[in-house]
Amino acid sequence: MSVLLRGVAPLGGPAVDVLLEGGVIAEIGASLAAPADAEVIDAAGLVLLPGFVDLHTHLREPGREDAETIATGSAAAALGGFTAVHAMANTDPIADTAEMVEQVYRLGQLAGLVDVRPVGAVSRGLAGERLAEIGNMARSAAAVRVFSDDGHCVHDALLMRRALEYLKPFDAVLAQHAQDPRLAGEGSCAHEGEVSGRLGLPGWPAVAEESIVARDVMLTEHTGSRLHVCHVSTAGSVEVIRWAKARGIAVSAEVTPHHLLLTCDLLAGYDPIYKVNPPLRPAEDVAALQAGLADGTIDAVATDHAPHAAHDKDHAFGDAAFGMLGLQTAIGVVAETMVATGLLDWAGVADRMSVRPAAIGRVGGHGRPIEVGEPANLTLVDPAGSYLVDVDTLASRSRNTPFAGRTFPAAVVATFLRGRPTVLDAALVEVVPA
Amino acid sequence: MSRHLLSAGDLSSDEAIAILDAAKQMHAIQTREVKKLPPLRGRTIVNLFFEDSTRTRSSFEIAGKWLSADVINVSAKGSSMSKGESLRDTVLTVAALGVDALVVRHNASGAVQRIAGWVSCPVINAGDGTHEHPTQALLDAYSLRERLGDLTDRHVVIVGDITHSRVARSNVLLLTTLGARVTLVAPPTLLPAGVGAWECATSWDLDAVLTGKAAGDVDAVMMLRVQRERMGGGLPGGARDPGGVFVPTEREYAIGYGLSPARLDLLAEHAPILHPGPMNRGLEISSVAADSARSMVLDQVQAGVAVRMAVLYRMLAGVDAPALAEASA
Repeated sequence: MSVLLRGVAPLGGPAVDVLLEGGVIAEIGASLAAPADAEVIDAAGLVLLPGFVDLHTHLREPGREDAETIATGSAAAALGGFTAVHAMANTDPIADTAEMVEQVYRLGQLAGLVDVRPVGAVSRGLAGERLAEIGNMARSAAAVRVFSDDGHCVHDALLMRRALEYLKPFDAVLAQHAQDPRLAGEGSCAHEGEVSGRLGLPGWPAVAEESIVARDVMLTEHTGSRLHVCHVSTAGSVEVIRWAKARGIAVSAEVTPHHLLLTCDLLAGYDPIYKVNPPLRPAEDVAALQAGLADGTIDAVATDHAPHAAHDKDHAFGDAAFGMLGLQTAIGVVAETMVATGLLDWAGVADRMSVRPAAIGRVGGHGRPIEVGEPANLTLVDPAGSYLVDVDTLASRSRNTPFAGRTFPAAVVATFLRGRPTVLDAALVEVVPA
Repeated sequence: MSRHLLSAGDLSSDEAIAILDAAKQMHAIQTREVKKLPPLRGRTIVNLFFEDSTRTRSSFEIAGKWLSADVINVSAKGSSMSKGESLRDTVLTVAALGVDALVVRHNASGAVQRIAGWVSCPVINAGDGTHEHPTQALLDAYSLRERLGDLTDRHVVIVGDITHSRVARSNVLLLTTLGARVTLVAPPTLLPAGVGAWECATSWDLDAVLTGKAAGDVDAVMMLRVQRERMGGGLPGGARDPGGVFVPTEREYAIGYGLSPARLDLLAEHAPILHPGPMNRGLEISSVAADSARSMVLDQVQAGVAVRMAVLYRMLAGVDAPALAEASA
């Protein structure tokens, strides 16, 4: 099957026709002839981007299939314009062996909507004490290149050092959840500041993140390894990363859509829909994160898509689960916070949501230039469209989004995985089993 | 008065004074031989307590019973999370029993606000985590007014673990609404983040505050209970305190922030001493202070029943209900 995109604007540039055939971009030019079997899409006014790559997704399978499965999460990802996602290791059982990551990888292939790249645990059982079998996971069929104890910080400095050293032969990266567990302990759930003080919620101070980021960039320099900082949430962390990059340290960083848009003032009603880890921060931090993403200090937008069953949020704020959905609303939030504000153009969006995350995760075939011969992992976005978040029709098994009923600028029209549409007219294309 | 009582900050000055005036009538009834009044006959009040409490629970229980309501105590400690039940399910189950009002205490800040959003009956916050305890603030204001009259421009000093105190938060809100000035005194480790933006002054130096700008500058002192586990950074058995170190030792806290006999002497003649209880004698308050004529500790307990009667009466019988003297006639 082939697809001809008529009058599409690659990266928001001049309009051309783009022909997808044999899983690759076969031809780019003006007024291309449509092959007989081609599906022709009138893409006038639409922007063509490399398919988004999420470095940070919780798919909950195995363990919490009531909240999400690899199949439902893949569907949400495709609808959100993603062609590859990294499935975090904090499943039950935990993805800390080759067998576990291969299982996740194969279920992703079976779903067939996005490339599911398993993330391996850094430490056995995410316990932060002994290294997990990093080599076996890297050498497995899943070819793991991102290791993370996400949900927990690798807080022991020696274990962190050893992990950074050990993963070097595999060209892998350590994705750190930066949270000093003494400065921000188990109960910490709100940015430490005026809001947490008034509400009486246990504070999660910015310095609990920043001190770990500072330590880790120095360990990365010392070991000559590669570090990725998950969900950066504070202006101070952005400054440290900016400094580390200027010094030549191999550090990359991601920011979540919700930290680009929402502030801790929203906690006033104690609604756990706003409970995320790290917590929502004040407006000054949000501005610093947007600026950091715009100038490239922060490399990537990563969703931290965290589905939760309703009953895990029907608690007091402090007792409820951390996290919110992200896959289907990511591009909408980025369009609102970064594109509409002029901080990023569409080429910039492609860079932060596809090119750089693919490079960080060493995801072959994704985040590639829109050129003839490149794999056709692509996303078609309507920059003048709008996306109304209808919670009843979300592909995710869970409903924990704070954006219900909200309209975002820009909408995903179609997504292509190796030339095959996974989404057309903003609706999922059923996968026909081979 | 709004449907629920969740925060002392929800009360206007007029509403607060109306409650305190109603409490005055209730207080008069407390001294009678037969205390029971009929106005809430046939109404059911559930004290839904997710956290241990003797004082507040029994105060609400007596208040409800003297108004002839049927009062049921439900101790839900550990029943929600440990059984895997959501808070919402626990609360809806209790509400479905047929409840006219819920009096709720919970160890998590904001839990009572959430609960109020789920049920159709009035909800009274009997203490939520380290957030608020509005009826405590009302009984403190009642006690202060008994000694000082109108609180406009009165200077109230609150000393202790402000960070973890729901009593302090509710008191700052209510006392400022009533026109008083508040100063919070604590070591830096026990003052909450962002306290500089609160409508009150703060200090690390109790003696400087008690000496004051002028003689008699301080009109009342409220000593808060400090948790022994926050002292010394250690838990019984030598375990490290998960909450972190706040103060080196109990001794050092007592020397720096305890209401010693010497500090008692710094207070003006008219200034009462309040403590929400239970007291750590020798730690935040000396026995000399606790047992002095200025101590209002037991008056506060009495005021607690009167204030809670007033709150229950106004919430269940309505603000337009006849004054109690008429209702009981």
